[in-house]
Amino acid sequence: MPKRILIVDDEPNIVLSLEFLMKKSGYEVTTATDGDQALAAVDRDNPDLVLLDVMMPRKDGYQVCQMLRERADLPDLRIVMLTAKGRDVEREKGLSLGADDYITKPFSTQDVVDKVDELLGAS
Amino acid sequence: MPEWLIIVTPFVYLGLLFAIAYVADQRARSGRSLVNNPYVYTLSIAVYCTAWTFYGSVGRAAQDGMSFITIYLGPTLVAIVWWLVLRKMIRIAKQHRVTSIADFIASRYGKSMLLGGLATFIAVVGITPYIALQLKAVSASFDALISFPDGAGGAAAGTALLGDKAFWVAGLLAVFAILFGTRNIDATERLEGMVVAVAFESIVKLVAFLAVGVFVTFVLYAGPADLVQHAREQEALRELLSFRDSPGGYGSWLGMMLLSMAAILFLPRQFQVTVVENVNEDHLRVASWLFPLYLLLINIFVLPIALAGLLYFGDTPVSPDNYVLALPLAEGNELLALFVYLGGFSAATGMVIVATIALAIMVSNDLFMPALLRIRHWPVIERFGLRRLIIYLRRGIIVGLVLLGYAYFRLIAETYALVSIGLISFVAVAQFAPPILLGMYWKGASRPGAVVGLVAGFAIWAYTLFLPSLMDPGWLPAGPLDGGPFGIALLDPHALFGLRGLDPITHALFWSMLGNVGSIVVISLLTRQSDIERIQAALFVDVFLRSEQDTRFWQGNATIGDVEALLARFVGEERARKALAHYLPRGDDPAEAAGRQAPPGLVNHAERVLSGTIGSASARVMVSSIVQGEALTFEGVMQILDATSQAIEYSQRLEQKSRQLEQATSELRAANERLKELDQLKDEFVSMVSHELRTPLTSIRAFGEILMNNPDMDGDQRHEFLDVVVRESERLTRLINQVLDLSRIESGWSAWQLQTVDLRDIVHEGAEATSQLFRDRDLALQQDTPEQPCYVKGDADRLIQLVINLLSNAVKFSDPERGAVRVSLATRGSFHELRVTDHGPGIPEHERERVFDKFHQISDQQAGKPKGSGLGLAICKRITDLHWGTIHAENADAGGASFVVRLPEAGGEHCDIG
Repeated sequence: MPKRILIVDDEPNIVLSLEFLMKKSGYEVTTATDGDQALAAVDRDNPDLVLLDVMMPRKDGYQVCQMLRERADLPDLRIVMLTAKGRDVEREKGLSLGADDYITKPFSTQDVVDKVDELLGAS
Repeated sequence: MPEWLIIVTPFVYLGLLFAIAYVADQRARSGRSLVNNPYVYTLSIAVYCTAWTFYGSVGRAAQDGMSFITIYLGPTLVAIVWWLVLRKMIRIAKQHRVTSIADFIASRYGKSMLLGGLATFIAVVGITPYIALQLKAVSASFDALISFPDGAGGAAAGTALLGDKAFWVAGLLAVFAILFGTRNIDATERLEGMVVAVAFESIVKLVAFLAVGVFVTFVLYAGPADLVQHAREQEALRELLSFRDSPGGYGSWLGMMLLSMAAILFLPRQFQVTVVENVNEDHLRVASWLFPLYLLLINIFVLPIALAGLLYFGDTPVSPDNYVLALPLAEGNELLALFVYLGGFSAATGMVIVATIALAIMVSNDLFMPALLRIRHWPVIERFGLRRLIIYLRRGIIVGLVLLGYAYFRLIAETYALVSIGLISFVAVAQFAPPILLGMYWKGASRPGAVVGLVAGFAIWAYTLFLPSLMDPGWLPAGPLDGGPFGIALLDPHALFGLRGLDPITHALFWSMLGNVGSIVVISLLTRQSDIERIQAALFVDVFLRSEQDTRFWQGNATIGDVEALLARFVGEERARKALAHYLPRGDDPAEAAGRQAPPGLVNHAERVLSGTIGSASARVMVSSIVQGEALTFEGVMQILDATSQAIEYSQRLEQKSRQLEQATSELRAANERLKELDQLKDEFVSMVSHELRTPLTSIRAFGEILMNNPDMDGDQRHEFLDVVVRESERLTRLINQVLDLSRIESGWSAWQLQTVDLRDIVHEGAEATSQLFRDRDLALQQDTPEQPCYVKGDADRLIQLVINLLSNAVKFSDPERGAVRVSLATRGSFHELRVTDHGPGIPEHERERVFDKFHQISDQQAGKPKGSGLGLAICKRITDLHWGTIHAENADAGGASFVVRLPEAGGEHCDIG
């Protein structure tokens, strides 16, 4: 059974590109464009990994990350933060809130795929 | 009469005068002063009566009747108020060690060298005719005496210099003035010998005049009644007996009276004898009744002599100025004639001696000394020593002044009557009245006011009296300036600004006083006094206040016994006890009282008692020696007060400065905060820009890699992805352009061009530039511009950018199906209003201000994210700010959003570039 990935970003073109990449790597993909939609999608689709943009309307990526990590029923959920803010402070903040990894935009597609594969234990 | 007698007599007389002066000086040195006597003082004041009085009064009375009396009525009236005015002048002069009238004026107005020099100059120019007058009188009387009965009097014009008696008279007078006035120099410039000699001369001239009067009235005629009886028989003489109109009418009477009032106070020689030479203010009490009496006596026979002269000589060429001399001569009474001649000589010499000495003191002290003292190492000063230099200087000045008078006499004075010449001088001297009187009673009178007043008064005097006297061949008849220079009637020196009906003297007096007083008052009100001026003004005006307060200035704790012991050493024990008894309570035990502290009044009284014996300066020193603690002078108190007020002023200034400093500090702190804030904003801006740039870049790179790694992708998808890459590239380009725009705008006006532009053109160009956008989205644009131009000051390119940004924004949010975008322009009061309305979703209340923030984008949208940089409206805001305008968003009636820009009309208050 293929692993499920939730892609959250308010930029439709970025969602489009990530969706294409993940599907090509054999994952099942659902998408959301803001924080609220993302939380709903986690409950609905029960993803194994979330690609989470930081700068979003309504609940930003940090908030969403924090809320997911506070839930006891999702111990295995992987979270990878995506951000266009390239500074170290943001990276530290994301990791301290419980993110598993952190990707800076613009990203290398190979990099994203490798990180997701690694986190999901795919061979 | 033998000529040698006429020549020798004056020499003998002058020798006698010199002997008198010598004795007076000797007595002064041995402490038995002759001048400490009110009668000597009064007689010295009678130097006022010169040869003009002696000969000229009769001359004037023979012409105009009683009007001659005005010259003596004025001083008589002034004598009544001497106790008030002259005493104040004396007190001031003593306290400030004033040596001349120029010194007095200079001292009052902050010890101004300019004023001292100016007053000296006026005095010299003004008094020169007066000296000439004396020379004329003496030489005329000499001629009259020698050449009688055929001579008409008056030196023959054109005689050679050395053959001219007036020249020798001038020389003789100069020598005497030098002998009397410059033998030694005293700090107070007091010349006791001169004063006593002048007083003696006053007796001689009075007795001589009375003698001729008695001779004429009681010997030639049988008393005044008989004389008047004779006069009445002649038609021409009857008029003289009445107070008929003098030339110029009552104005003339008043003018003459005022002139003579000023003269008795302010003529330099009068100032010398009444103020500088005064040794005791109490002498004024006697002088103020005795001097008018003297004037009365010396005038009482003027009219009888004039009448008798007219009766006697009728149409003969004997000048009325010489009647005094001619009458005894005609009657063969040569001894009386000689005595009268001596009397006239006395009157003339007295005047010339005192006047030249007074002027020499002024010229040397107020003109030469300031200059001399500036040249510190002048070889002449070192060789002679300053004191001897001053003496030689004064001698030279006296000779110069007498020669000046002689020159005036030779050139002009021969054509005028004595009285007219004298009056010219009087008007010049009257110019001193405003600065002195205002200075003594009004603290506000300022130095610039006094300078301008003196200059104005003197200039008018010179123009209306002095110049005409130099140019007119015969006094009143037409001269070159008559009718005004260049035919300008308003500038006629005898009818300035069309003022007619006054005689030349009154006319000149009126205008010069108007100019003088007017300038002082107006300029004093407009100017600020310096510190020294303020102090001097207070010291002058409040001179009496000061002596009454003097008692309070004795501080310290001498006992009554100390004071009594001191007094006893100088005046004897009995007088000392009596002097102080007044200050002790009745029935007080003297032995017990001696141990008590002396009250200030008692100390002061003791000082006055001592002053009478050892002089005021020594008395002060003696009293100071026993009163422990300083004797504070008024100057001392003034200095202390001055220092205190300065300290207060400084501390106030310091306070003010520290307040300013505090304010500056808080301003700096605020500026620093603002800078920090701006720095943070800049960081945020960079971070935002970086974020905004990374977003399209992310899509471009991702799809680029996808397309590269998936060459077998199907055509439709490949096309879709390529399309994304292209659009995101465009977005990136737009963004970069706008960031650059923004930074350009942030830099302000430096790179902009300010001009007057018509907003209608701006709107049209903005619409033109965005027409493609509208076509792409199938949107219509409605333009609504007024018919008249809407001018604003600004940069056309920026304003077009503003319109483009607003229209692009409207296009982004509009729904083509709901209607057109509308841009309208209207003038409202002093500003123009540009309004861009769309039919989009509108802007929620809480977002209306934030839409103008950089990178702020409204997030709550149904239809996904619009394509924009988030900078467009921020740029609009910045452009309107820089054009002194406002921008705000509101919701349009139809539901869309309206952006309203208001820009001030060109020419309004905001249009200078800050």
